[in-house]
Amino acid sequence: MRYVNASQFRLILAGTVLTLAVGCHKKPQPPILPPAPATPAGPAIVPTVTIQANPTAIQRGQSTLLSWNSEHAVTLELNGRRVNLTGSQQVAPQESTDYTALVRDSNGATANASVRVTVTEPPAPVSPHPTSEDLGQSFDTNVKDVFFDYDQSGLRADGEAALRQDADYLKAHPNLSIVIEGHCDERGSAEYNIALGDRRANAVRDYLVQLGVDGSRVKTVSYGKEKPFCAESNEECWQQNRRAHLARGQ
Amino acid sequence: MNGPIPCPPPLPLVPTPARLRRRLATGLLFLLALPLLHAQANISIRSSKKLRLALPEFALTSGDPAAASLERAFHDVLHNDLDQSGLVAMVSPSTYPLESPAKPAALDQAKVAGWANPPTSAERLVFGNLRVNGNVLQVEGYLYDVTQPSAAFLLGKRYADQPTEAAARVMAHQFADAIIEKLGGGPGIASSRIVFISNRSGSKEVWGMDYDGANQQQITTLASIAYSPRLSPDGTKLAFISYVSGTPQIKIYDLLTRHYLPFPEFAGTNITPAWSPDGRKLAFASSMSGDMELYVIDATGGTPRRLTFSKGNDLAPVWNPKTGAQIAFVSDRTGSPQIYVMDADGTNQQRLTTGGYAVSPSWSPNGQLLAFSWRRMGGGENSGEFDIYFMELASRNIEQLTHNGLRNDYPSWAPDGRHVVFQSGSPSRPQLFTVTADGSNPTRLTNTAANEMPNWSFH
Repeated sequence: MRYVNASQFRLILAGTVLTLAVGCHKKPQPPILPPAPATPAGPAIVPTVTIQANPTAIQRGQSTLLSWNSEHAVTLELNGRRVNLTGSQQVAPQESTDYTALVRDSNGATANASVRVTVTEPPAPVSPHPTSEDLGQSFDTNVKDVFFDYDQSGLRADGEAALRQDADYLKAHPNLSIVIEGHCDERGSAEYNIALGDRRANAVRDYLVQLGVDGSRVKTVSYGKEKPFCAESNEECWQQNRRAHLARGQ
Repeated sequence: MNGPIPCPPPLPLVPTPARLRRRLATGLLFLLALPLLHAQANISIRSSKKLRLALPEFALTSGDPAAASLERAFHDVLHNDLDQSGLVAMVSPSTYPLESPAKPAALDQAKVAGWANPPTSAERLVFGNLRVNGNVLQVEGYLYDVTQPSAAFLLGKRYADQPTEAAARVMAHQFADAIIEKLGGGPGIASSRIVFISNRSGSKEVWGMDYDGANQQQITTLASIAYSPRLSPDGTKLAFISYVSGTPQIKIYDLLTRHYLPFPEFAGTNITPAWSPDGRKLAFASSMSGDMELYVIDATGGTPRRLTFSKGNDLAPVWNPKTGAQIAFVSDRTGSPQIYVMDADGTNQQRLTTGGYAVSPSWSPNGQLLAFSWRRMGGGENSGEFDIYFMELASRNIEQLTHNGLRNDYPSWAPDGRHVVFQSGSPSRPQLFTVTADGSNPTRLTNTAANEMPNWSFH
């Protein structure tokens, strides 16, 4: 994220410079024709025009608001097209574009002003792999394991809540694949526990898919009671071991 | 040597006297731990009255200094095999006559009376001789019925092999099996093997051993998690489960060539293979469909055919070894796991156990009994430990084998139908035990690390 901010900061700087440049253009141009001899004793009346873009720098796909003002003009063309003498318009140029407003008065005197709208490529979507280390922490912090009752593979309310968070994280990181490991406590029979852990892992996968996670990102494996998280023989420990562990895939 | 030679590769030998002492010591510990190991008599697993059998030392007929130690090894193993058979009662040597015959010619009528009369009161007499002749160990052994005045010849065998303890053990096992068969005990188990899972190398691998716990040797070296070893009916192949490719998959290992045979992997979790009695098919459990169901597949691979279609886990199939026409298995389709039986094509599914938590069925060789592990009370999380039970399929009568307050699981029938091997002890360090089906002769086979999921060979 720090890199993106720096990039945006440079764009803002560039926009500021452009705005300053536009400011020079906004100064009334000297009349091309000699002043009309019309009214005596007053300063010469000449048309003027100003144009602004807010903002002056956008990403492709975004829009900016052009607004212009004129005085003593009878027509105003914005890039060759007649528009109101004072007005504004949303534009969404696909590439950097100069917008020029040209005004004429009744005597044929003209003035113009321009503003450049700079269009940049949108930044790449926030990468799910800023660094593998960061992601590991992020995964471990955000993806919760799911715990089960004795000899059960049905999801409890706490498990479903954890999985809703897990699904949000996984959907925000669409390039991640995961392995759901089914685990059991030591009390069941070892072969049956492989089957039970398999069903626990599948229950978790099915729920994630139901929540919108692409099933092709999810693998399962049951370890039964072969890889316990806790080695003591008490309920606290057994509960730790009756779980589906969500691990990052390869 | 005569007779079929079992397939195990040559294995390092545990010195027999030390092993026997250890076995006796641990056997005693086990007895203390199993004060109530007994059977009730409501189904037909109780042995009939045991014949009293005397087994004097074999006579040494050569002066070779190696002969005496070989005779001790041979005699120890033979004595243990007969004692473990569950078929005979070994007469205490302290009651034996001072002289024992080396050959049948020495067994005259007076001598027969000496064995048959009190205090020996033997009904059968096993005797013989042993010698080392150059590089050959020769053993002659005889079995006589001494209840008749002139004694009746029942069996005579001659064995020859290298003069090693390993060879002496094999001879003793073969002679024991011949005696048991002659006495009507069906095929003996002295030459049978047990495969099991042990973590003593640092990871769970398949190990093999003789039926009496001797010659324990690591078979697989995949450094992953191995589960559920099953020997093929001809004893040449081993099916088991390995996580070596990431998920549980079936592996087939050829014990003769010591190579893995090609076998397909499937999606999901694939567990609990079971050989059909003809060795041509495997039943197994797989969640390849999303739900764990039973399948059958050619043992050489191919496309699996699905047998079960009920929601819930179906696993741990075992074929009726007598007929191959039925499969027993575990299903939790109604909640906690229960034992079911069905025809081998998946039809006619019936639930056999009535509640609790029942797993790990093993089908007796005669097709009449299932052994299984059952936490009988309620099946809740605090409902006691697992014990080994038998069910007679015809009557559905149930008999409890273990009562030790420990966790007992994975019974596997011996080929003689009189013995069962099972695991017992804490989940983190179970050990393996054999016992006769009437609850007698509990014998501890393993001591090192955790040992589990035993599977007894078909022969």
